[in-house]
Amino acid sequence: MFAAVGLPHGRSGLFNWPEYRFAADMTQRLSIVVVEKDRERAMLIVDGLRDAGNFDVMVIAEETGLARRIAQRNPDLVLIDAGNPSRDVLEELTLATAPMQRPVAMFVDQSDGAMTKAAIEAGMSAYVVDGLRADRIKPILDAAIARFHMLQKMRIEVAETRRALEERKVIDRAKGILMRARGIGEEQAYALLRKTAMDQGRKLPEVAQALVMTADLLK
Amino acid sequence: MTRTLRLGYVPLLDAAPLLLAEALGFAEEEGLHLNLHPAPSWASLRDMLALSQVDAAQMLSPVPVAMALGLGRSPTRFEALSVLNLNGNVIGVSQDLAVRMRAQGHEFGFDDPRCAGLALLAAAGQLRIGVPFAISMHRELVQYWLAALGADPARLDIRTVPPPQMAAALAAGDIDAFCVGEPWGSVAVEIGAGALLLPGAALWASAPEKVLATRLGWAEAEPGLAGALLRAIWRAGRWLDAVENHAVASELLTSPGRLTVSPDLIERALTGRMVISLQGQERQTDRLIVFHAGAANFPWRSQAAWIGAALARRNGLDVAQTSKTAAAVFRSDLYRLHLRSTGTDLPAASEKLEGALASSTAVASERGQMILPADRFFDARIFDPSAPLR
Repeated sequence: MFAAVGLPHGRSGLFNWPEYRFAADMTQRLSIVVVEKDRERAMLIVDGLRDAGNFDVMVIAEETGLARRIAQRNPDLVLIDAGNPSRDVLEELTLATAPMQRPVAMFVDQSDGAMTKAAIEAGMSAYVVDGLRADRIKPILDAAIARFHMLQKMRIEVAETRRALEERKVIDRAKGILMRARGIGEEQAYALLRKTAMDQGRKLPEVAQALVMTADLLK
Repeated sequence: MTRTLRLGYVPLLDAAPLLLAEALGFAEEEGLHLNLHPAPSWASLRDMLALSQVDAAQMLSPVPVAMALGLGRSPTRFEALSVLNLNGNVIGVSQDLAVRMRAQGHEFGFDDPRCAGLALLAAAGQLRIGVPFAISMHRELVQYWLAALGADPARLDIRTVPPPQMAAALAAGDIDAFCVGEPWGSVAVEIGAGALLLPGAALWASAPEKVLATRLGWAEAEPGLAGALLRAIWRAGRWLDAVENHAVASELLTSPGRLTVSPDLIERALTGRMVISLQGQERQTDRLIVFHAGAANFPWRSQAAWIGAALARRNGLDVAQTSKTAAAVFRSDLYRLHLRSTGTDLPAASEKLEGALASSTAVASERGQMILPADRFFDARIFDPSAPLR
């Protein structure tokens, strides 16, 4: 959607641009900027892009001066995590004065609903220089979306593992508290926690958390 | 039957009417359940609304206007069903700049834009000012203020800094000053990054800050839902504006999943008792943020026209044509239609001379007379929507 409006013959959108950029378009290496603070994530995205073709890729990790850095680089395409608050900084570029160089938030042309959906699900936003040919962009976006998708899955996985570890730690502490307070064994302590959780209709980690918190207060 | 609506917001103090409409049961009273979706940026929120991931959203008031003008080149169109709040922004300067301004005799009275602006321009060379978004009331206010004081545009570098990063950007010396919505100005004071110079309300006493935006046509296609939503949010705004509710509101708004700052900072803005420096200097100010009083939620077409004219001047568009297109984005007609059943009085007119009221004034209403608060610009200029060129 955030593509051109008011083009001749009602043409609008990313994937049916009139070809008014430059002829050299086909031979020049496309330059891409990836905005990503986390080094590992950035590298995974860059790797994905390398597999998709021969591009000139640069990663910007710094938040300060982001708009200036990108304007200096003048890339054909900018990729950024949709959850990154710095996306608002990029919007400045879409209002820049030089019309041919103006990037447009790719988010996204209504003519390609599938790609829009894929980009949203992967949590990716892109800014594309106005007039860049669709057939040149599509493979890049496909590759980028695949990587963002993978990263998102990884992020969820890591967060869940971390949570599970935290829960286990809390349950272990709660067991310890019960064992000391009531002079019972580990298995009995665990059974007691589980029974309490069942009786109260709550989750085991919640009960353990409550016990640990109360014990901390009584210290 | 309860119907569910999806609402998008950016976690800021002025998202309060949306959050509380659901939390306090105003939505339920209208047969609505509000599913609230926080957005990490204004660009994301705009996209969420445009792509129908949400039905309505809190929006910077100039954004729907800019979209109607084709700025940013979005093919989607939004309209504003109501104003969520007037004012709510503060202007602050870096510690370094504050020291220099104090040395030159400025007293940080927090109430005189002319004096504060001239002191700022005298103390700074090149002035880098952070605002949350390129198309925002923050930007328009700063631009209006410094231009009226004769600042050379070449000295000003107004750039986007996401609000949660504003205090850090000021501390790091990336910007010299900012205009941002609360609580982020107070956060800058708390971490010792700078001092507050002015409330936004000092520049324009009744500036439409955020609106409730929907996709063009949605409200007319879903009159039942739109009306219920408008009324629920209107009631939440009325509750928020009541002095006795400020402390509770501060706690509610900072409970888990809502705003991630301390309740103390929220309360400052709600009560207008601002701490402006790390030394703890306090300034009491009126109408720092207004959620309800004085027909605050009425989307005056003239407000949109003012925004349109300002955007037109800055982007080289035809001012007269642009402010006309802009006026139609604020749907005072739909607001009237849906709010009448609450029994509230509504202004007789849908446009006014912006800036004409120096103090609270009685004006014609649908049922007789009602009081409108001051809406003065700091330089006393008056904007006539039928003659926007002046």
